[in-house]
Amino acid sequence: MSNKFVPLPDLPPPSNTVGVVGWLRTNLFSSPVNSVLTIIAFYLIYSGISWFVSWGVINADVIGTSREDCTSGGACWVFISVRLPQFIYGFYPPDEVWRINLMFAIAIIGIVALMIDKTPKKGWIALFMLVIFPIIAYFLLYGGAFGLEVVETHKWGGLTLTLVIATVGIVVSLPIGVALALGRRSEMPIVKSISVVYIEFWRGVPLITVLFMASVMLPLFMSEGTETDKLVRAMIGVIMFQSAYMAEVVRGGLQAIPKGQYEAAHSLGLSYWKMMFFIILPQALKLMIPGIVNTFIALFKDTSLVLIIGLFDLLAIVQSALHDPKWLGFSVEGYIFVAFLFWVFCFGMSRYSQALERKLNTSHR
Amino acid sequence: MDIQNKGQDKAKTKIWNDPAVRSVFFQVLAVGAVVAFFLYIINNALTNMEQRGITTGFAFLGDQAGFGILQSLIEYDETHSFGRTFFVGLLNTVLVAVLGIILATILGFFIGIGRLSHNWLISKLATTYIETFRNIPLLLQIFFWYFAVLQGLPSPRNSMSIGESVFFNIRGLYLPGPVYEDGFGAVAFAIVVAIGIIIGLVRFERKRQRETGKTFPLFLPSVGILCGLPLIVYFLAGSPMHWDYPVLTGFNFKGGLTIIPELIALLIALTVYTAAFIAEVVRSGIEAIPRGQSEAANALGLSNGQRLRLVIIPQAMRVIIPPMTNQYLNLTKNSSLATAIGYPDLVSVFMGTTLNQTGQAIEIIFMTMAVYLFLSLSTSALMNWYNSRIALVER
Repeated sequence: MSNKFVPLPDLPPPSNTVGVVGWLRTNLFSSPVNSVLTIIAFYLIYSGISWFVSWGVINADVIGTSREDCTSGGACWVFISVRLPQFIYGFYPPDEVWRINLMFAIAIIGIVALMIDKTPKKGWIALFMLVIFPIIAYFLLYGGAFGLEVVETHKWGGLTLTLVIATVGIVVSLPIGVALALGRRSEMPIVKSISVVYIEFWRGVPLITVLFMASVMLPLFMSEGTETDKLVRAMIGVIMFQSAYMAEVVRGGLQAIPKGQYEAAHSLGLSYWKMMFFIILPQALKLMIPGIVNTFIALFKDTSLVLIIGLFDLLAIVQSALHDPKWLGFSVEGYIFVAFLFWVFCFGMSRYSQALERKLNTSHR
Repeated sequence: MDIQNKGQDKAKTKIWNDPAVRSVFFQVLAVGAVVAFFLYIINNALTNMEQRGITTGFAFLGDQAGFGILQSLIEYDETHSFGRTFFVGLLNTVLVAVLGIILATILGFFIGIGRLSHNWLISKLATTYIETFRNIPLLLQIFFWYFAVLQGLPSPRNSMSIGESVFFNIRGLYLPGPVYEDGFGAVAFAIVVAIGIIIGLVRFERKRQRETGKTFPLFLPSVGILCGLPLIVYFLAGSPMHWDYPVLTGFNFKGGLTIIPELIALLIALTVYTAAFIAEVVRSGIEAIPRGQSEAANALGLSNGQRLRLVIIPQAMRVIIPPMTNQYLNLTKNSSLATAIGYPDLVSVFMGTTLNQTGQAIEIIFMTMAVYLFLSLSTSALMNWYNSRIALVER
């Protein structure tokens, strides 16, 4: 009588812990409180989405040329499509718009090339984008050389102006910020205190007061007879403001470098500047990327403030289009459109910086 | 040998390679540059102002302002001075900042905790909220609430109402306002006494717990004392307060409390925007506490509430306080965007209207910036002090 032990096969897991039902139970209905919250959240999402779909998609008008084409009672995207060129180029003369497009095209090609890993001669492209491209972009936008007609800065506007202010602001404020951060960590007491006062001052006041100051006070500070462009004044304000924030980002990066790196550089006999440029800053820069991108996103959003001193950035153009008697009453469409554009840029940048961070992460943890 | 080396060093080091000399040289250079810069701009400013016939000095603060302000917390009309407009604007800024900070903190806490929720739908909803609102410019949000939402409200005649005492229309929110009569001082005094008794109770409870280990439920008795005592005094004193209800007269409401639409739009936008940032601060603060702390608290037999109150929140606060301070400062500075929709804050009233009326650009910009600078620096000093007090002491 051989009674060999044969185990029964494993039973499948209880049906309420696997599959859709299991997922719902653990993630949505794990307790009475959670069930109530789920139902409330579901209701909120459902009502929000169904309102937007019926207003912005089903009952919306897209095709047309004037407000008479908006008959369905929902959103009137005709307003956006008719005004689109103005939202993007501002009051730039339509015949010259190809110059802006060309500039955007070069910028996009350059940035895409820099973002792809396998691009050959990346260093040269980076150098081109940082040194030569700004010059090309200036002549393309402003003109006045190579037979290009001059387009005064007060005709610039829309998304173009927003991007120009944000990019110039960040590119110029980065080196100033590095200098200020080095000054703040310097052992020379006077240099240090000058940097601290500068940084704390600009960080302590709202951007709007800085812009007011730049537009009202700057002309007083200039020597007699120098006329400064409104856009240049706004940019000076933005750069002074932004460089203080940048300095703190850089300082954070510098502080994160272990002391041993400084000591090792010293023991190799490197001078201060050699130590900074070859050892410290390259390492710090990697750590600063999230901070720099955050500053850039903040600046990009803050460019909308220039409308208060009378520049026509994207938001200002939409705002003024809303006051056009032919198009009264489409403010929700206008704001949703601008919000969407800003959101795409900001969200995209933050996602890209997170990806970059992961890519550059060389620590072996 | 050492001495010899030192001697050699001295002989070898060129004077411009000596760190001490260099340091002095660069600092003199820096001071020189800064002084030259300021001399240059001050000199330019003085010449320019002389040419344009602008007088300098703060004498204009005593002049009669001659313009009205939409909302003021202190008594103000056209006959008051420019100096007074400064305080009206300042108080309006402080009002928005304080209300905004309170509301944004509450909303931000809920959303931050919601993002950590085990409920999939709630956490995704919170994430969507955060990613949406922090990536849209604040100014755009202010415009949206002011021009798109509040301008779509009904006229005073058709206003939305709750029980004929609260009205909401295109001109603002109308609430019943309290009117205090003689004897209300006794009620205020009762509130102070109640707070005093509660503080005494807390002390007693702590002492008793230290000595005997027994705990005493504090929360409900405290609430009872805080509400009950003033209420009893209120009725004993013969109800020395009544409500002033807003009434529709002609085209608008009269009486009660009025909250202007500019303030509502600004508060909603500031709250919604800042709450997205605060939520992330709260989330990162709570996530920074190791799981072992919760487990240890459970192992000690602490209740859920005790675990949060005594173990988790005190530690999370260390991580939360510094970035939270930054958000509060940002909100205060961002309240200056009020000028875009005409809410009479400091920037709008003083840097806008007063500057246009007087032309005293330098003094006015200096005063406005000084106010924000003072607010920022004193808040961060206070928070640094608090932070150093609660910081982890490591040996």
